[in-house]
Amino acid sequence: MGEINKKDRRNFIKTGLGLGVASLVGSQLTSFAVDNEKKETVKVLTPDGKLVEVDKKAISEPATLPAKGKEARKGLPGRKFVMVIDLSKCANARKCVEACQRGHDLMPNQEFIQVSLKKDNEYGEPYWSPKPCFHCGNPPCVKVCPVGATFKRTDGIVLVDADQCIGCKFCVSACPYSARIFNWKDREEYHENRDSYSPETSVPGQVGTVSKCDFCPDRAREGKLPYCAESCPMGAIYFGDVNEDAIFNGQETLRFKETIANRAGYQEMSHLGTDPSVYYLPPANKSHPYKRGLKDLDEGLKDWYLDQINEQP
Amino acid sequence: MSDTTQTLLNKYTRFLEKPNRSWYILMGVLGLVVLLGLYALIQQIVHDHIVTGMRDNVVWGAYIVNFIFLLGVSYAGAIISGVFHLGRIDWGKPLIRIIEIITFITILIGPVYILLCIGRLDRLHYLFIYARIQSPIIWDLFAVMIDLVLCTFYLYLTFIKDFSLMHLNADKYNFSAWQKKLFKFLSLGYKGTENQKKRLNRALDIMAAVIIPTAVVAYSLLAWLFGMNLKEGWHDSLFAPYFIVSAVFSGFAIIMMLMGIVRKYFDAASILTDGHFNFIAYGMFIMALIFGYFTFSDYITRWYNTQEATSELIHKYLALDQYGYMTLTMLLFTSIIPILVVAVPALRTRTMYMVSAFLVLVGLWMFRYLIIVPVLETPYIPIVSTDPAVIKYTATWVEWALVAAGFAGAIMLYMVILKVIPVFPIAEMQESHTFKLFGKYSIDKLLSQKDFS
Repeated sequence: MGEINKKDRRNFIKTGLGLGVASLVGSQLTSFAVDNEKKETVKVLTPDGKLVEVDKKAISEPATLPAKGKEARKGLPGRKFVMVIDLSKCANARKCVEACQRGHDLMPNQEFIQVSLKKDNEYGEPYWSPKPCFHCGNPPCVKVCPVGATFKRTDGIVLVDADQCIGCKFCVSACPYSARIFNWKDREEYHENRDSYSPETSVPGQVGTVSKCDFCPDRAREGKLPYCAESCPMGAIYFGDVNEDAIFNGQETLRFKETIANRAGYQEMSHLGTDPSVYYLPPANKSHPYKRGLKDLDEGLKDWYLDQINEQP
Repeated sequence: MSDTTQTLLNKYTRFLEKPNRSWYILMGVLGLVVLLGLYALIQQIVHDHIVTGMRDNVVWGAYIVNFIFLLGVSYAGAIISGVFHLGRIDWGKPLIRIIEIITFITILIGPVYILLCIGRLDRLHYLFIYARIQSPIIWDLFAVMIDLVLCTFYLYLTFIKDFSLMHLNADKYNFSAWQKKLFKFLSLGYKGTENQKKRLNRALDIMAAVIIPTAVVAYSLLAWLFGMNLKEGWHDSLFAPYFIVSAVFSGFAIIMMLMGIVRKYFDAASILTDGHFNFIAYGMFIMALIFGYFTFSDYITRWYNTQEATSELIHKYLALDQYGYMTLTMLLFTSIIPILVVAVPALRTRTMYMVSAFLVLVGLWMFRYLIIVPVLETPYIPIVSTDPAVIKYTATWVEWALVAAGFAGAIMLYMVILKVIPVFPIAEMQESHTFKLFGKYSIDKLLSQKDFS
C-alpha cells in the first residue's frame, strides 16, 4: 500500500499539478470503494487541461504555518507570485508602509516598502511610486551572498534567512533597487519568541543581519494578501499568481497577463536584466492629484518630497 | 664570511640590542592609540554597528577604505620586492626587506577591517561551512588567505640567511638569551654551504615568481568585488587595472617614506643613497602619470555624456559643496605634486620626496574613499529618507579610532620585527656583485669609511 502511495505521489508531482488548482477543483471530490479498502481519489485538472484522478492522500493541503529553516527555501508548490502596482491609483496614503512596519515589527525608520515621488520629464505630472523588493527573476543579491543566506524560491520569492546571514552587507550594495536594509541596532523585540522565527515572516528580526520585503509568503499560505496590498485604501497594489493568471487587490480580481498587456505594464529598470516580479501600471489618467499625498505629511518630509521633483515648497 | 658582511653585521646588529628610551616612548604612544581603537571596538561590539556612520545606503565606509588601502600597499610591496629579486636588481637589494616587512604587516592588519564591516562575527565560520563560489567575497577571502600564507613564507625565507649569520656569530654581539635561541631556531640549521645556498636561492626565486601574479590576481579580485555590482561608478571594466596602478603607486610612496626613516634612524646614509631616493621618486613620477591618466580617462568618459546616475555621480565628485575639494586634493596629491618634485630640479631633495610620498599616501586613501562613499550615496533609485545621516556618510570617532589604531599597530609591529632582524638583508647584499651601478654607491666606498666599526 505504501509502495503504491509513493508511486502515486510521484506521478502526481510529475503532472506538475498546482495545489492552487487542486483546491479549485476540490469540490469535485468523489470517493469510491476500491477492493475492500476505502481508497479515496480525487479528480483534478492539470494545467494543460487534462482531467486526472489521483489518490486523495497524495494531495496535501498547503501548510498554513510559515515554513522554517530548510523548508523555507522551497517555494509554495506550483505558485509563481507576482505583484502589480497601479501608479494611477497611489495617493501616498502610506497605509502600505505602516501596515508592513506593524506586520514585520519594523522601527519607524525602517521601510520594506518605500514611497517615492517621481516626475519623469519636464511636462510630466508627478506621481507616487511605492517600491517593495522586486523579487527579481535574476536577483543580483542572491548571486553575491557568500553564505547562501539569501535565496530565490521556486515560487519566485527571494528571502533572507536571518539565522544564516553573517551581515557582510554585500547584498545591500549589490541590489540596484536599494530594497534591503540592515539591522544596525539590537532591540529587545529581537530576543522575544526566537523560536517563532521564519524567513517567511522575517519576525523577529536579528541584529547585524540583513532584512527586506518578503512578499508575505506566510500570509499567502493562509490565502491572505500581503500587508501592503491588503491595507491600501486605493487598491493600488495587486498581488497574485502568474500560473493562475490572476491578481487581486482586495476589491477586484484581474487577469494578470491581460492587465500587463493592455495597460502597458512595465518592470522597474528592466534594462538591468534583473527581471523583477513586480510590475507597474503607468500613472495615466490618475484618479487624484499628486498633491493629495503631501497633505498629511510633516513639513520636513513634504519639503523633501517636493525637492525630489525640483519644486519649491 | 667576507669583510663586507662582517662590517654590515657589526653595524646593524647594534639595532637589535636592548631598545632605548625613545623606542619605549614611541611604543607607549602608539600603544595608547591601539588601546583607544580597542575601546572603540568594544563600543562597536556592545552597541552594534549603529555607533559607526554606516547606514542602509553607505553600508561600507572608512573600514573598507582602509582595507583597500592596506591591501594595496601589501600587494604593491609583494610586486615590487618580487621584481627586485627576480630582476636581480642589485641597488634594490637593501630595499627588499624594508618592503617585505610592510607587505607582511599590511596583509596581516588589512583583513581586520573587512571583519569590522561584518554584522555577525559570531557566524564567521559560515564563510567556510556555507561558502558559495559565485560570491566575489569568497574569491577575495581565499585570495587574501593564500596571499597571507605566501607573503609570510616569503618573508621568512628572506630572513633565513641573516638568522643564520647572527646565530653563527652570536658570541660576538650583545644579544639577549631569547634572541640567541630564536636565531638558532629560525635559522633552521642553515650554514651557508653551497648546496644550502643554491636551494634557498631557488626557493626564493620560486616564491618571488609566485607572489607577483598572486598579488595581481588578489587585488583584481578585490576590485571586482566592487566592479561586479550593478552600481553606477563601480560597474566599470577599468576597475581592476585602476586598482593595481593605485596599489603600485602606494607601494613606491611607502618605500620612499620608509627609506627616509630608515636612513635617518639606522644610520644608513651610505647604503640608501641619493640614487635610491631618485629612483623611487622616478617610480612615483611614472605611477603618477599612469594614475593621472587613468583618473582623467575615467572622469572624462563619464562626464561627457548625460546618463542620469552618471551625471549625478560626476556632479558629486566635482561640486565644491559635495566632494569637490576632496577630488581636487586627491588629484593634487597624487597627480601633480609627485610629478613636480621630479620635474623641477630644485625640488629634488630627500625632504621633498618624503613630503610628496606622504601626500601620495593621503591622496590614495582619499581616492579609495571617493570610489566607495559617493558611489554608495548615489543609488539608481534616489534615497528615500530625510535623515541626513542616511543621505550622507560621515565616519564617527569609532571608525577613525579604529583606522588610527590600525596604523599605530602596523608601526608597532614594524618596530618589533626590526628588533629581531637587521633592517637590511646583510647576507643577501654580500652576494650581489654589481653594486657599482649606482654612482657614488659602491661596496668599496662603504668599506673605506673609517667610522664603520
